[in-house]
Amino acid sequence: MAIESEVLVVGGGLAGLTAALASARAGADTRLVSHKQSTLRNASGLVDVLGYSPDGELLSDPYAAIPDLPESHPYRTVGVEGVREALAVFDSVTDYEGGHTDRNALVPTHGGTVKPTARYPPGAAAGLASRGDDMALVGFEATTDFDAPRAAAHLRAAGVPFDVRGVTVEFPGDLRADAAVTRYANVLEAEASVRRELAERVEPHLGDAARVGFPAVLGNEEAGFVREALADRLGADVFEVPSGPPSLPGLRLEDALFDALTDAGARIETGNPVVGYEGDRRVESVLVDRKGAEVPYRADRVVLATGGLVGKGIETERGAVREPVFDCHVPHPEDRYDWFEDDAFGDHAFARFGVTTDDGLRPLDADGEPEFENLRAAGAVLGGYDFAAEKSGAGVSLATGHLAGTAAAEETP
Amino acid sequence: MAPPPHVAVVGGGSTGAGVARDLAMRGFEVTLVEKGNLTHGTTGRMHGLLHSGGRYAVSDTSSAAECIEENRVLRDIAAHCVEETGGLFVKRPEDSEAYFQKKLEGCRECGIPAEVLSAEEARAMEPHLAEDIEKAISVPDAAIDPFRLVVANAASAEEHGARVETHTEVTDVLVEDGDVVGLEVEHGSGPGKRVHGTEGGTEEIRADHVVNATGAWAGRLGEMAGVEVAVRPSKGVMTVMNTRQVDTVINRCRPKGDADIVVPHETACILGTTDEEVSDPEDYPEEEWEVDLVIETLAELIPMLSDARTLRSFWGVRPLYEPPDVGSADPTDITRDFFLLDHAERDGVGGMTSIVGGKLTTYRMMAEKITDHVCERFGVDAACNTAEVPLPGSEEFSVLRNYMDEFGLRSPVGRRSVERLGSRADDVLKTDEPNPVVCNCEGVTRAELRDAIDDAGTDLNAVRLRTRASMGNCQGGFCAHRIANELSQEYDEPAVRAAWDELLQERWKGQRHALWGEQLSQAALNYALHATTQNRDRDPADTAGVGTPAEYPADAAGANEPDADEGTTGANAADDEGAGGVDFSAFDAGPDADSLTTDGGQHGD
Repeated sequence: MAIESEVLVVGGGLAGLTAALASARAGADTRLVSHKQSTLRNASGLVDVLGYSPDGELLSDPYAAIPDLPESHPYRTVGVEGVREALAVFDSVTDYEGGHTDRNALVPTHGGTVKPTARYPPGAAAGLASRGDDMALVGFEATTDFDAPRAAAHLRAAGVPFDVRGVTVEFPGDLRADAAVTRYANVLEAEASVRRELAERVEPHLGDAARVGFPAVLGNEEAGFVREALADRLGADVFEVPSGPPSLPGLRLEDALFDALTDAGARIETGNPVVGYEGDRRVESVLVDRKGAEVPYRADRVVLATGGLVGKGIETERGAVREPVFDCHVPHPEDRYDWFEDDAFGDHAFARFGVTTDDGLRPLDADGEPEFENLRAAGAVLGGYDFAAEKSGAGVSLATGHLAGTAAAEETP
Repeated sequence: MAPPPHVAVVGGGSTGAGVARDLAMRGFEVTLVEKGNLTHGTTGRMHGLLHSGGRYAVSDTSSAAECIEENRVLRDIAAHCVEETGGLFVKRPEDSEAYFQKKLEGCRECGIPAEVLSAEEARAMEPHLAEDIEKAISVPDAAIDPFRLVVANAASAEEHGARVETHTEVTDVLVEDGDVVGLEVEHGSGPGKRVHGTEGGTEEIRADHVVNATGAWAGRLGEMAGVEVAVRPSKGVMTVMNTRQVDTVINRCRPKGDADIVVPHETACILGTTDEEVSDPEDYPEEEWEVDLVIETLAELIPMLSDARTLRSFWGVRPLYEPPDVGSADPTDITRDFFLLDHAERDGVGGMTSIVGGKLTTYRMMAEKITDHVCERFGVDAACNTAEVPLPGSEEFSVLRNYMDEFGLRSPVGRRSVERLGSRADDVLKTDEPNPVVCNCEGVTRAELRDAIDDAGTDLNAVRLRTRASMGNCQGGFCAHRIANELSQEYDEPAVRAAWDELLQERWKGQRHALWGEQLSQAALNYALHATTQNRDRDPADTAGVGTPAEYPADAAGANEPDADEGTTGANAADDEGAGGVDFSAFDAGPDADSLTTDGGQHGD
């Protein structure tokens, strides 16, 4: 039995999910294939659009800065209105906040820094650094990712406009020293006595704090409930401090997007890698490795959203950089010693590795011609921007995913 | 009774630490000074081979005999630093049969147990050896952890009353009436500097004798004393693989050359090396061809290496020395033997002895000889016990333990901790506090880190070398901030932040030579975690500017200092509210902002 769809999206991260959602909502018969079940567990769950200009200026308005980006930047392909449109869709399928203003928010992270972001989960809202009310941060003895007193001192060093204190308490649940974050979340969700005991341990340390930040472990499915229950007991707003992997806010976002995609009628298949394709000027089918057998998935239009170096949508060897599924052209310096800078946070060429595209996000070959008539690319597989330095990763994935998915759905074969 | 003579030992590598231990055990008053952390120079930048002597069994039989003797001693006194891997000299079809026979005979003449293995036998032992190898000689090579070894020697020296000062640089050698009478030193201070010992300021250390154990840097110290010590530093690359392709030390059985050894080490394998004379032990090029050469050449022995993941590469400088009249043109021809230079006899400058050349395997013997020499100089009659008395951590290290039950740790974590800590495991791991794993790649727990921090202060590189935290696959990507967090029990936030940055930069330095394939993917992930999620690259708290840690110790391999960058300012955030210059009022304070912000700034003003 042939597996067929009008639009096939390869990759299940933010870009792929957004592309598939746009395509399905536009009425195309849409299928998404993703190798890994979870890619957002590494992400903080914050949705950055543009936090810094290419020369390092902190931006309070990301949209105003987009026209000044280099032409190679994916935002220049999508345009400001395209970015807004993608965020509007995102806002409509998630409970995220930040859509009331064009301004970036500064959100405290587990490292104690603040970072600029455009959308944030409701659980992070009370932590915004531009609020003036006093803050307390709470860490747990056995968690190593977040040291609350140090994070509080770090925030003070950043000059936040409020008083912030940090306290470390012993977590009341009976968890072993290196319990996973999901264990904390489950216990907090399931056991009222643990929530009560935790609040009792924190309460004496609050002082004048009107808001209290915890590691991002406040519940799995019922994060809002845990947060509100603690807020009631503490008489203060409660928030989660976004953290690194494994990140519950990232996983919650992934769940919300998968739900939206299912609601929109797309088919989703995870667990098998895409290993190649059939076709010449057009991609006729994509080959999926199912337990060792290469199965062709036929599609009229295809969106490539396999990620960048991190997600292995871009692969390298000594002296070569490739896009492994369709072998799209990836420009790069020949000598691998030109791929990086000597400072850990230097202006690394590798951070910009990815395919280049035409205005319709079609990957281009070395001569500047589209590699395939019906292939579009979205997200970190695109080159020309350094999402880590700019804080633009999620925004580029949303904007290019939305454009690629919409264009793929609307294209007449 | 007169106080014992005071000897100042310069250099915190294996030789210096060994000399300090031996002198202290024989009753001298000892001060050891090291400009970086322990093993900062060559000792911390080698492949960790405990020679059987097989390598020198053809070219240099006296070195070979010393190696096998010391190999046996260290397995005993430093058991917790040694992994008894065994070693093979592998012959490929194109390698000389005559040399193979000479190697075998040489080993036997030097008392090195050596046995010929057929290709089948060798491949049964190490299945990833190339299919076309001809045969091999097995020898008792082993892997040794140089950091653990030196730290244990320094700890033993301290137990015997020695003063150990790291991050303490000699700024002058004091010479009076033509004789050396002491040192002028500058103690490091500030974030990232080890707090152990004296912090900050200069000090004059008067000494009855000075031992120059600075290896490749010996010429510089000599110059301060007005004597010439012509060390010929030679660089070599070591490339770290992410896994153990072999569990035995693999040598190529041919005359000394580049890229002929693989040493399994903890979770990794180290490939080595090259041999190029350099003019400055701190400033020399780290070159791409060297990394390519070791991978490609060693893939002739172990083919899977050509596509394997490397974590990083590092370079070390050998402190080669030969008497000025020999004049070898090629550094590979310079002897690996050591020389004791008595400057009184040689240059008419009393009060100082230099020790140059040599190798880690024979460090204890070198230390014994120089201590004998100092004893003779002062008429001290004390026997050397360093070959018999176990190092701290290696006492009673034979009992099998149920690690999991004993320390409440998951079994593999507990086993690895105990392997690193040896007989100190009880002291370090028995704690009533929660003891979570901080570094998952290497299984390092909080208790072990805090123990290392007690010893090494805010110098997270020294902490890393003691514990292996951040030395696995992720190279600090997941754990650098966690390791830094462990400092905040004792140190304030700016010190922690500076130490954290210093660790990130150090981890980056070595990875630069491994940036392709899996490790570039890992590096991109780390960059994303640190820059995207933590905003470490543009942290408003860093008023010093982007990527400019407060202290950034110059590295033996010619650190590239990051360019000072302009501070983080913003188009809409240029007004300096707060230390980082961020105008917080220009950013979103939430939908109910008016009731919550202090000064409710309007967007765009």
